[in-house]
Amino acid sequence: MKKALSVLLATAMVATCLGGCGQESESGSTDAAGSAAGTENAASAEGTAEAGSVFKIGGIGPTTGGAAIYGTAVMNAAQIAVDEINAAGGMNGYQVEFKAEDDQHDAEKSVNAYNSLKDWGMQILMGTVTTTPCVAVSEKTAEDGMFELTPSASSTDVIVNDNVFQVCFTDPNQGTASAQYIAQNGLASKVAIIYDSSDVYSSGIEATFVEEAANQGLEVVAEEAFTADSKTDFSTQLQKAQSAGAELVFLPIYYTEASIILTQANSMGYEPTFFGVDGMDGILGVENFDTSLAEGVMLLTPFAADAQDEATQAFVTKYQEAYGEVPNQFAADAYDAIYIIKAAIEEAGATPDMSVSDLGTALSEAMTKITVDGLTGDGMTWEATGEASKAPKAVVIKDGAYAAM
Amino acid sequence: MNFLSYLINGISLGSVYAIIALGYTMVYGIAKMLNFAHGDVIMVGCYVTFLSMSRMGWHPLPAVLLSMIVCTVLGVVIEKIAYKPLRRAIPLAVLITAIGVSYFLQNAALLLFGADTKSFTSVVTLPALKLAGGALTISGTTIVTVVVCIVIMVGLSLFIKKTKAGQAMLAVSEDKDAAQLMGVNVNATISLTFAIGSGLAAIAGVLFCSAYPTLTPYTGSMPGIKAFTAAVFGGIGSIPGALIGGILLGVIEILGRAYISSQLSDAIVFAVLIIVLLVKPTGILGKKMQEKV
Repeated sequence: MKKALSVLLATAMVATCLGGCGQESESGSTDAAGSAAGTENAASAEGTAEAGSVFKIGGIGPTTGGAAIYGTAVMNAAQIAVDEINAAGGMNGYQVEFKAEDDQHDAEKSVNAYNSLKDWGMQILMGTVTTTPCVAVSEKTAEDGMFELTPSASSTDVIVNDNVFQVCFTDPNQGTASAQYIAQNGLASKVAIIYDSSDVYSSGIEATFVEEAANQGLEVVAEEAFTADSKTDFSTQLQKAQSAGAELVFLPIYYTEASIILTQANSMGYEPTFFGVDGMDGILGVENFDTSLAEGVMLLTPFAADAQDEATQAFVTKYQEAYGEVPNQFAADAYDAIYIIKAAIEEAGATPDMSVSDLGTALSEAMTKITVDGLTGDGMTWEATGEASKAPKAVVIKDGAYAAM
Repeated sequence: MNFLSYLINGISLGSVYAIIALGYTMVYGIAKMLNFAHGDVIMVGCYVTFLSMSRMGWHPLPAVLLSMIVCTVLGVVIEKIAYKPLRRAIPLAVLITAIGVSYFLQNAALLLFGADTKSFTSVVTLPALKLAGGALTISGTTIVTVVVCIVIMVGLSLFIKKTKAGQAMLAVSEDKDAAQLMGVNVNATISLTFAIGSGLAAIAGVLFCSAYPTLTPYTGSMPGIKAFTAAVFGGIGSIPGALIGGILLGVIEILGRAYISSQLSDAIVFAVLIIVLLVKPTGILGKKMQEKV
């Protein structure tokens, strides 16, 4: 009996292990197929192009592993933008090649990917997609003087070097932008905040929000924290917000906790406006979540796939045709990133025969002069620090979907 | 009125801790081991309830029953496979095995159900109670949680006092070897303890997820640790101790968050625990350790 049980247990363990590996390699192979297709495109272009006559742009991001959804979206969208630009005559009259490398959201693998892209002849880096690897790679690009534009790594740590620029808002900027948006649109005068004090992203946004709220004349009536160890019960925080008379509750947190807050507020009968940032993106995708609870929730997100403007619609249609899914904000960031590189190259009058570091210096200077209208914001401009400045876009959840405001 | 409302929230949270703490305290009292996998059995119970309700469209009642059966079987199987062979081993080995089982359950759930958050639909359909003209709202889940907690406590105390199996449990907890000499089947009694503890874990899990409606493979770990704290607080091994420890812990946590600082609520809870243990090392209702002569 004992033996039978241990055999059973051993089999179960082996089965789980195999199951795990099987699943991983499965997702790996589909992604590999996707990126193989991308490389093929690049390779065929490479065959015809001589060195110095094309711009070689590299992309680094996780196309496998836990953050694969972000990297895959970035690489897909970048390829769309590159194909469009090549069809329309290229950047400053030169064709563009794009090659993507996987870093599995790992700093060390990311540096390896950077090195192999350099061997390929990369002149400009569009990446990396996630923050931690980006910090590591930006040290390398700074050494080489290579121009780097990250679509989505949002920490301020990413842009400490002069050669690195961002497409997305930095984390603290989201707080400032949210306070401005709330004040300028008259959404509320008394505001409560519920944030995760054990998370840098959340507490960073909270701090800048409070600072800007004071400038904007918003009254912060309750500033309530929770931590990673106690993120299930929010009744106390909500009650304090309610008794302080808050008309709007600002939630600079991820959607998992936000979904509990919405449910608990509903059971308390408390109905303020809830306002989130990009971490709220995903709340409608929580399995079995009653989306009617999220009705009227606003969130600051740079991109809404159902926005009615022509550029967004064209991009969404193209992306859906090519990859069979609705693009997320990472895809939009990457699409913009390629067009921003184009604008910078044309502003600087750069040519592919320049050395990597000359190109880097020229593009970094050009970045502070250009203004780009993209999918993720109109009139985007850059400071020499690398931070993007753009008008925030907010969406409101209506009938279980994002609607532009 | 705010104070009352905080108090009620605290009691509600504390009742869930108390039911989970029962599982820890019973197993500790009888097998003298800390079953750290208990929190993860809760998580399994939640997934069973969740899947049978949302995927198969079951009524909450059979769903909860099914989850109790699954958890009971799981608890007994864990005991048979992972703990029983180590019954004579040093306590440290059993503790590490328990942690291993805990990680095994978490990762198996990660593999089976995925890492994405599921939103748990409350199994309680009782409407909220509005008192004092709507100034005080007590949710249906809170009422059910507190009532279920009291029923379980009373039921369990009666079971131990009045039934033969309960008396066997008491005997085993006092002296395993002597109980065996007296004709008590020690292995069966320990299995029964795991079965009851795990069945209760299923109920605790369903109540916990009804009140705080998200479900991930890690859902069980934090309430598990808090409930373990509650068990130590009240005196590990003591059933009324689990109730008192759980409710005190919940109330201190919520009042600390409300009146002192929402950032420090956990620090306050554990500071109180340290003070209690300094004054009374065996916990509030803990028995004095008997020296064997």
